[in-house]
Amino acid sequence: MVDESLWSIFINASLVNNFVLAYFLGICPFLGVSSKLETATRMGGAVTFVMLVSSICAFGIQSLLVAIDAPYLKLISFIAVIASTVQLVEMLIKKFSPALFRALGIFLPLITTNCAILGLALFQTNKGYSFVQCIVFALGAGAGFTLALVLMAGLREKLELAEVPDVTKGTALALMLAGLLSVAFMGFGGLGG
Amino acid sequence: MAAPTRSSTDEFVKGLWNENPVFVQVLGMCPVLAVSNTAINALAMGLATAFVLIMSNIVVSSLRNFIPKEVRIATYILVIATFVTVVDYVIQAISLDLYKALGAFISLIVVNCLILGRAEAFASKNTVLRSTMDGLGMGIGFAFALFCLGSVREILGAGSLFGVQLFHDRFQDWVVMILPSGGFFTLAGWLLIFNCVKQRKAKAAAIELGKEVA
Repeated sequence: MVDESLWSIFINASLVNNFVLAYFLGICPFLGVSSKLETATRMGGAVTFVMLVSSICAFGIQSLLVAIDAPYLKLISFIAVIASTVQLVEMLIKKFSPALFRALGIFLPLITTNCAILGLALFQTNKGYSFVQCIVFALGAGAGFTLALVLMAGLREKLELAEVPDVTKGTALALMLAGLLSVAFMGFGGLGG
Repeated sequence: MAAPTRSSTDEFVKGLWNENPVFVQVLGMCPVLAVSNTAINALAMGLATAFVLIMSNIVVSSLRNFIPKEVRIATYILVIATFVTVVDYVIQAISLDLYKALGAFISLIVVNCLILGRAEAFASKNTVLRSTMDGLGMGIGFAFALFCLGSVREILGAGSLFGVQLFHDRFQDWVVMILPSGGFFTLAGWLLIFNCVKQRKAKAAAIELGKEVA
């Protein structure tokens, strides 16, 4: 068990060590889904939810694997659980809210290969967080991911209208923006203590 | 995808340049940016990914007729996760320092979209030989791209390459290059260079075409 206050875990996961801008996790959706503000917000919400569920599952699995002394199964079981969680979430949303299901579309299954989710599960076991700490960590990471995605989408919507040289159009421009955002987030260093 | 007339050598070469996974397809960005702060980390990560890619391509293509279509993605992920676990333990046995430097990113090879992408788009439809060549080409292309990024970041950010000091003591390190934001900037720079080359080629081709028409 780590003796870290819940507040500092949350601030660290969301701002200081932002999953996207400091750890480079979940770059693919970050670049792919960040061209519109609305989809970015929805994607952030879906990822946060899957993070929370898979974090809870990962905590259970880790305790089980330690109990049966089979740590080499960690990676395989984590990824299997995440894939099935995403599948489950997809079915639930489809059943209870068809409108939201249509809005999220292809992004839902793609969450499986979002490295932020697996990264979260691995980090929390490496750090040895307790159950409550895990939940706060997942919420913080989700909030950080959503924040980065929404900021990026806002910037890119503005840039749609700007005139840029042909060579910089597309990914190169998005990467430069991400670099600047990352510099800005460095300003949060030391905040979490 | 690949036309049946292409030889397996073509499958190998395309991954190196024309369809380079990082610079052209922009796939598998997370490890590219995260561990490319020194040349040696980048190279090790590139080789580890290439190994997983080749092995999973071989297994997926040899099992392609036995895997039911409905559970194919889950099967691919399990195959990939198995090889990643192998790599994880091998690196830990060879060099503990490297293992600590790469950290969780070795495990995160599992969710590298490049590997799953090749399994789904290529290995599940092609013979074992062609898939091996494809994996080899893509893997080497990926490692090459990682090395390009890692060497630039290490030279500018620490004034060294593979830990060997290159400049005079008074060289002021560009610390930002080692930090996360440096990764974004370096990759953006390489993409700019690639775009310039592509545009120039397209222009030259257009002029050629104009001459022929005239």
